[in-house]
Amino acid sequence: MLRVSVRKRRGDFTLQAAFAAPTPGVTALFGPSGSGKSTLVDIISGLLSPDEGEVRLGDTLLTDTRLSASLPVERRRIGYVFQDARLFPHLSVTGNLRYGAQRAGPATPVIVFDEVVSLLGLGALLHRRPRELSGGEKQRVALGRALLAQPQLLLLDEPLGSLDLARRQEVLPYLEALRDRLSIPMVYVSHEFEEVLRLATHLVLLDAGRVVLEGPVSEVSLRPELRSIVGPELTGSVLEGVVTGCNEAAGVADLAVGSGTLRLSLRGAVPGTRLRLQLLARDIILSTREIAGLSVRNAVCGTIAEISPDEEDTVLVSVDIGGAIVLARITRAALAALGLHTGQPIWALVKAVSMRGHAFRAPMRPEPPSRSPS
Amino acid sequence: MNGALNSAELDALRLSLEVAVRSVVFSLPLAVVIAWVLTRTRFIGRTLFDAFVHLPLVLPPVAVGYALLIVFGTRAPVGAWLRAHFGIELAFTTAGAALATAVMTFPLMVRAIRLSLDNVDPGLEAAARTLGAGPVDRFFSVTLPLMLPGILAGAVTAFAAGLGEFGAVITFAANIPGVTRTLPLALYTAMQSPDGDALALHLAGLSFLLGFLGLLAAELLVRRVRRFVGR
Repeated sequence: MLRVSVRKRRGDFTLQAAFAAPTPGVTALFGPSGSGKSTLVDIISGLLSPDEGEVRLGDTLLTDTRLSASLPVERRRIGYVFQDARLFPHLSVTGNLRYGAQRAGPATPVIVFDEVVSLLGLGALLHRRPRELSGGEKQRVALGRALLAQPQLLLLDEPLGSLDLARRQEVLPYLEALRDRLSIPMVYVSHEFEEVLRLATHLVLLDAGRVVLEGPVSEVSLRPELRSIVGPELTGSVLEGVVTGCNEAAGVADLAVGSGTLRLSLRGAVPGTRLRLQLLARDIILSTREIAGLSVRNAVCGTIAEISPDEEDTVLVSVDIGGAIVLARITRAALAALGLHTGQPIWALVKAVSMRGHAFRAPMRPEPPSRSPS
Repeated sequence: MNGALNSAELDALRLSLEVAVRSVVFSLPLAVVIAWVLTRTRFIGRTLFDAFVHLPLVLPPVAVGYALLIVFGTRAPVGAWLRAHFGIELAFTTAGAALATAVMTFPLMVRAIRLSLDNVDPGLEAAARTLGAGPVDRFFSVTLPLMLPGILAGAVTAFAAGLGEFGAVITFAANIPGVTRTLPLALYTAMQSPDGDALALHLAGLSFLLGFLGLLAAELLVRRVRRFVGR
């Protein structure tokens, strides 16, 4: 467990944040620009000292202002991947990768060079200089360099922030692979909700220097505090389910979610794997009875758990499908016309194609920190 | 330029090179340290210290030579102490000429090094820290290699300028043939003697050639090193 409880003033801005991040796992520090995310990771890394407070990683005390104790950055064994990569320009890719490894101490490395090179696809880049790399390649090398220093914790400060969309899509799968293959706890700073959805197990929501919300991603996805940060377009619920079948010829896969099954437009799904699915509230249609003859592939039955205010003319209806909550945005007019109320059975309809691009590999369940070489 | 160099000319050339090399070799490490202190640290009196380092740039060289005599002269406090404890004599020796040259060219060197240090992103040093590098390790593995173009530029500039240092050398180390009579001093001496015109012309040409070659070499070297450090 990473425990942080700190206060730091910087000019007019005051960061006052406390949270606990489960380890292993990926904790996303999420929030708008200027909410204090980077200040917080700088404090965890030790590059910045808090005015007051403490940071602990497991049994290790990193900083405690009351005891005037602080472990120097270079002895913390906390990897840091910066937004701007910060590769050493005078060293080759290999030189950069080995920099941390050479300083990691005499203990047998847990993360070995060849494994990192293959995991991050760096084989063809080893002899290049940093200036000969693309933005995405630089970030992959920076990741490898941080990992080879055998960190106990990896901090990633908007590692995709300076990359364009195509480069992001190039690097994201590598981050997913790291999350699932190595059991290094990570703290991932981002202001892009998609990155959080794809990578995080735990979410800490920051706004104006305060922690507004924290918890497992699928739980906090339903909270109104998060809605106000991600905006109405991305309001929705995050569900996890197991792939029960797929039809490659038709390009669809079935996902068991709660007591229902959703069919989504998705290729390459492997039955038995867990997926995380984002269902946007604006894509959900509600019906009081089962309808036939529609092109909509999914109609799952549930009960209305809650009706909560949304924007001026709309409401959010929470539909409980055997424990999985789906949010539907409907107009107040529709609410009145259908006479919806809590406890009522309801059909939630969603098109298979509207879930295209919203299904991601789910994080593996936290496991004991021993790995077998694969 | 016709004919071979005579022995007096060779002596002057050899001395100029020796004095310039010695001044650069001994002042370079100090210049790196002071450039680092001036760029990366904040302390009370930093501006004053900065001005002091740059003083030789604006002072008359003769005044610098004279100040050196007051401090390092045979009977002066530091000079006498050095002689008593280490047997080092500076005034009127080749080592003294090198010291005077080093003091005069020091600001040039510090400036070039500072410029390169300003271009070293402190973020890279922070990255090195997170990778487990302590302060000394960081300096030698990241900061210093990235400063290399500036250090080299500073060294070569100081060397080229040192070849021609006149005022401070003649004041502090005098004009002793074979000991402190470097190229500019030999040139000056030749100009003072009634039949020294040919010699003076020879020495002046030599100085031009040397200076030009020095600057050319500096440019080529800095380009190569820049490529090496990936900039």
